[in-house]
Formats: sequence, C-alpha cells, structure tokens
Amino acid sequence: MNDTVLQGVNLTKVFGWGKQKTIAVDHVNFEIRAGEVCSIVGESGSGKTTLAKMLLGLLNPTEGEIYFQGKKRDISTQRKKREYWKNIQAIFQDPYSAYNIFNKIDTLLLDCIRMRGDFWLPREKKIELMSEACSFVNLEYKELTNKYPFELSGGQMQRLMIARIFLLKPKILIADEPTSMIDACSRATILDMLMKLRDEVGMTIIFITHDIGLAYYVSDTVYIMERGKIVESGSADQVILTPHHPYTRRLISDVPKIHEAWDLSTVTYSGL
Amino acid sequence: MGKVILEVRELSTKYVTRFGENVYAVDRVSLKVEEGKSLGIAGESGCGKSTLALSLMGYYFAPLHYISGDIIIDGQNISKMHPDEVRRKILGKEIAYIPQAAMNALNPTLKIINFIEDVIHAHDPKVPKKEIHDMARQRFEELGLPAEVLQKYPVELSGGMKQRTVIATSVILSPKVLIADEPSSALDVTSQKMVIKMLKDMMEKGLVKAMIFITHELPLLYNVTDDIMVMYAGQIVEQGTAQQVVFDPLHPYSKGLMGSIIVPESGVRDVKLTAIPGAPPNLKRPPQGCRFADRCKYVQAECRVQSIYMREAANNRAYRCIFPEEQLRKVYQNE
Ligand SMILES: Nc1ncnc2c1ncn2[C@@H]1O[C@H](COP(=O)(O)OP(=O)(O)OP(=O)(O)O)[C@@H](O)[C@H]1O
Ligand SMILES: Nc1ncnc2c1ncn2[C@@H]1O[C@H](COP(=O)(O)OP(=O)(O)O)[C@@H](O)[C@H]1O
Ligand code: SF4
Ligand SMILES: [Mg+2]
Ligand SMILES: [Mg+2]
Repeated sequence: MNDTVLQGVNLTKVFGWGKQKTIAVDHVNFEIRAGEVCSIVGESGSGKTTLAKMLLGLLNPTEGEIYFQGKKRDISTQRKKREYWKNIQAIFQDPYSAYNIFNKIDTLLLDCIRMRGDFWLPREKKIELMSEACSFVNLEYKELTNKYPFELSGGQMQRLMIARIFLLKPKILIADEPTSMIDACSRATILDMLMKLRDEVGMTIIFITHDIGLAYYVSDTVYIMERGKIVESGSADQVILTPHHPYTRRLISDVPKIHEAWDLSTVTYSGL
Repeated sequence: MGKVILEVRELSTKYVTRFGENVYAVDRVSLKVEEGKSLGIAGESGCGKSTLALSLMGYYFAPLHYISGDIIIDGQNISKMHPDEVRRKILGKEIAYIPQAAMNALNPTLKIINFIEDVIHAHDPKVPKKEIHDMARQRFEELGLPAEVLQKYPVELSGGMKQRTVIATSVILSPKVLIADEPSSALDVTSQKMVIKMLKDMMEKGLVKAMIFITHELPLLYNVTDDIMVMYAGQIVEQGTAQQVVFDPLHPYSKGLMGSIIVPESGVRDVKLTAIPGAPPNLKRPPQGCRFADRCKYVQAECRVQSIYMREAANNRAYRCIFPEEQLRKVYQNE
C-alpha cells in the first residue's frame, strides 16, 4: 500500500539488563494510513509512551524498523531530525513538562513559526499567525502575550498545545493522553478542535490513552497493548463491540457504562 | 423518606487570596443525604466541587473562610462550633474526607500501620497501639485489603493499592458521612474499578451511612450515586436522581455536560459530542443574573438582570433557569 505514512516492523525497546531488564515494547507491528485516526490503548506501564517516543525519534529502538512514507526513516543527523519533526509532532501527557517554563508563550509560538521555515516573515505577520492559532483554540493572543506557561490553567495549557499544532500542521500528530485528567466537557472541546484540524489539513492522528471510550469514539483503528505487545487490533467497531482477546474484554468491562449495567462483581482484588 | 444523615442549608464560603480578594467558590448550597444514600456532584473543573467538599467538613483554615449557612450531621449542627472542637469531635468520627490526591497523603517514611497510629492519635492520643492494630486489621479485612499491607511502606504499593489504603484508613473510626473528591481519577480503569467496588462495599456494610461523591467523570458518577447535583460557578444548577440528571437533564448546562459523555457502547459513534464553548466565569466577580448566561445558547436579556433562583420541577427535581420545564423540553426536542 502506498498511502501508508508510518509503519513499524518488529519494533522493540528493552530497558536495563539482567534482573532489571524490562521489555517495554515487544516486537510491535503496525501500518498507519494517511489521514487515519488510530488509538493505542492499554493500562499503565503497557509501553504506550515508550512506543510513542520511538515513533517521534526521541528514543532509539532496541530492535526493529520504522518506515516513514514508505522509506526507512533516517534521522541520523540533527538536520534530518529537524526535517522529520516538521512531519511528526506530539501533545504530551503532562502539558507542563513539554515546555521550558522560563520561556514566554510568545517564544513558544514563535518557535513553531521558525520551525515551519517562516522566520523571515515581518513581525506583524507573525503576530497575525499567532493570533489566528490562538483563536482557533478559543484563546486570545492579547491575553497570553508576555505570560509564562505556569500562569495558565491546565485547560488553557492544553489548548495552547493545540494552537502549536495548528501552526505546525504536521502530517502526523501523536497525542499521548491529551485528555486524561480533564473534564468531559473540555475533552469534547479539544477533540472537536483536533478533528477540525484533521479535516482541514488531512492530519493523521495517533491517540495514546487508557480511555477505551475515547478510543472508540474517535478512532478508525484501535490497537490494544498489553505488557509491550499488541494483543488485538482492528476497526474501532470490531475491537470494541466484538472483542476477542481476554485483555480487551477486561479493559472494556472495567469502564463504567451508562446503557449497559456495570458489573462490579468481576472485581478481584489482586496485587499490592 | 429515610433518616436524613447530612443536611446543608444555604452554605456559603469563600477564599481570601494573598491580595485580599474574595473568591466566592460556594454560594448558598443546600442539600440533604438520607441514610444509605450517596449524592454525586458534577461540574467542570473550577466550578467549586472541591471547595464544597472541604467546606462540608466545617473545618475552615486560610485561605478558605466560612460566610454563612448550616451543616447538620445526624441532627448535630457543626457550623457554629469552634475549629478545635470540630477537629476533636467531628473529623474522622462524624465526617471524613478523601482529598483529590489522597494517595500522596501517605508519609513515605512511615509504614502504613504507623501512619494509621498517627492518624488515630491525632484524634485521641490515649488509644493503645494494640487497639489500633486490631481496628486496622479488622477494617482492612472487611474491605478485602490484605493485612500484610499494614507492614509495608508506601513505595512498596501500587497507586491503586495506596488509594484504597488511604480510603480504608479514613473510615477506621466509622464516620457517618464520607466525602470522596475524585477518589479514582488518577488511576487506570482497573484500579478505578477496585476503588469504586470498595466504596460501594463500605456503604453496603454500613461502615459509612451517607456518601458524597465528586467526580468530573459522568459515567462513573452515574454508576456510583443515587442522586446527582450539578454545580456551576459555585452554585447548584440542577438536582435530581442520577437517572433523571444523566438521561433527562433540564438545565442547559447539565444538558451540555451530558452531551459530552463518551462510553464504549454501540451507538456512541453516531452521536455528535456537544462542546460548551467558553469557560466558567471568574468567581471574584460572579456575574449578575444567570452565571451561565455567557455560554448559554438560549440566553435572553432578562437572564442577566437579576439572580436566578432554583425552581421546582415534577418528580422532586429542581433547576436554576428562567424557563419553565415544558418550554425547555420543547426547545431540546426541536434540536
Ligand atoms: N527510561 C526508562 N528506563 C527504564 N524503564 C522504563 C523507562 N521508561 C519506561 N520504562 C518502563 O517501560 C514500561 C512501559 O512504560 P511506558 O511509560 O511506555 O508505559 P505507558 O503505557 O505509557 O504507561 P502510562 O499509561 O502510565 O503512561 C514500564 O515498565 C516502565 O517502567
Ligand atoms: N486556595 C485557593 N485560593 C483562592 N482561590 C481558590 C483556591 N482554591 C481554589 N480556588 C478557586 O475556587 C474556585 C473553585 O475551585 P475548586 O473548588 O477547586 O473547583 P473544582 O473542584 O470544581 O475543580 C475556582 O475559581 C478556583 O480558582
Ligand atoms: S437562565 Fe437564561 S442564560 Fe441561564 S441557563 Fe436559563 S436560559 Fe440560559
Ligand atoms: Mg504513558
Ligand atoms: Mg476539584
């Protein structure tokens, strides 16, 4: 298939040696098409973030290959890395960790403009771009300029991250738990914005999440990850409505429902 | 009607910031919880849920201040009590509170059992250790927690186990009312389910008589509680049974919230999520009139003129909006 944007072949990441050895990602294979929305779902520690970091080129795989647009990915030099990052960007689990807290918000957004190669634009034009990006996510540039990230609320921070993506318009976006601790209402707003972006620029989105309800709602394809392995994958309807693997079934039964009864009798207390 | 265990009448509290500004985070909140029942509180982040939870304890310390209203636990009015008396006689025994980041409350340098000793000695320094150990072991067993946990340090426990440990500890003195603020939001779904099972067991076994459960996760709230109140900008805007509020919301804000629910059930993908544009108002200067007006699709000029009061609706429900029930339903139907 030639519309595959990102492919992983036997991707593996091992941390540590001997008794300390953890196989965080274990021979994972996948093929993601351009414009597809997919989710990687699993419990804490199942290896989702590690996988995301390899895709982003922030961690080297121990084994296996990543293909970007049909070719083996090459990020061997800083230059090639920067070029790659024009195509693939991330929104991280903890919005505050992603930024240098000593940089003002303006710097953060100006960096995006520089990354896309528009550093030569006149100041007014840059401000116009930044204002446009802010208003896309219902923020006001006027109120943000000269502020620091820690002066924003959590929700504003998350929207600011999407404003960055709006400026960068990458081919691929990896969203690692963009919505974990935020309320359903803000989650709906953020999803709305991301989907609008996808429709506008044909972005491919990879959600990484515990939330199987979210995965079901937004994705074309769902991958279920258990202890480093992908144990089930398929269309969202297939995986969620007719799950085959026991782990997938358990994940689904662990989530509270509103139409079907939520069976608490299956709870077995285990582990410390 | 069952015996009322917790009654709150027109409770108002505020924060006083470093700059001397008042933040009116809880505004004339009234509620009742009967024996054996649980009440859920829903609302976006910043609507005052946690502040209400704290305020219900009747134990105020800066920057939180009491303004007015009554808190009555099993017939006893605690709102005019001296803070020291509240701490000695009420906290832990009459009402207990599990804060939002509860598992961080454990002291990393203490074994769980020593932590529990400290907690109990803070109420009554004279309780012998032997008695505390027996109480702790019994409570842990009742709640399905292995007694060996008592001999561990927090780092040896998983997040979910730490959370359940804190919850078990907070009910050691069998409080009548338990207030749980986002008790499972930081956990993954499997640990979350264990926490919820444990809270339900506590209610069933009568270890606590009434519960207030706070979360922004609506499917969870729906599954755990009998009744739900929706909070917006420091005020209650709707109150009814869990069934009524989730499946048949009346207030435009509740309606918006319920439209943002996603669950892994068939049919969900066909429904468009509603997103409520904008953000809750600043509580330093709450708007005159309806606090939701700036974000409400149905806003009228008169909504902004004066305070909107709760109005009664059929089937023991109440909501805060100028529109009568039939009119709201008609509008919703035509959407
Ligand atoms: N830098 C590292 N060094 C050693 N082990 C690591 C490192 N990063 C992750 N791990 C281990 O790899 C495994 C997978 O971790 P990862 O962070 O990818 O999980 P996750 O699925 O993202 O979890 P969560 O849902 O909690 O974010 C875990 O056992 C973790 O402890
Ligand atoms: N320590 C504090 N000092 C001043 N204002 C506060 C403090 N804590 C919370 N607030 C304000 O009180 C309001 C309600 O907050 P909170 O009770 O935490 O809401 P929720 O739990 O619903 O997210 C918010 O406007 C918040 O900014
Ligand atoms: S009172 Fe007016 S603004 Fe407030 S919720 Fe009702 S219709 Fe909307
Ligand atoms: Mg992670
Ligand atoms: Mg809170």
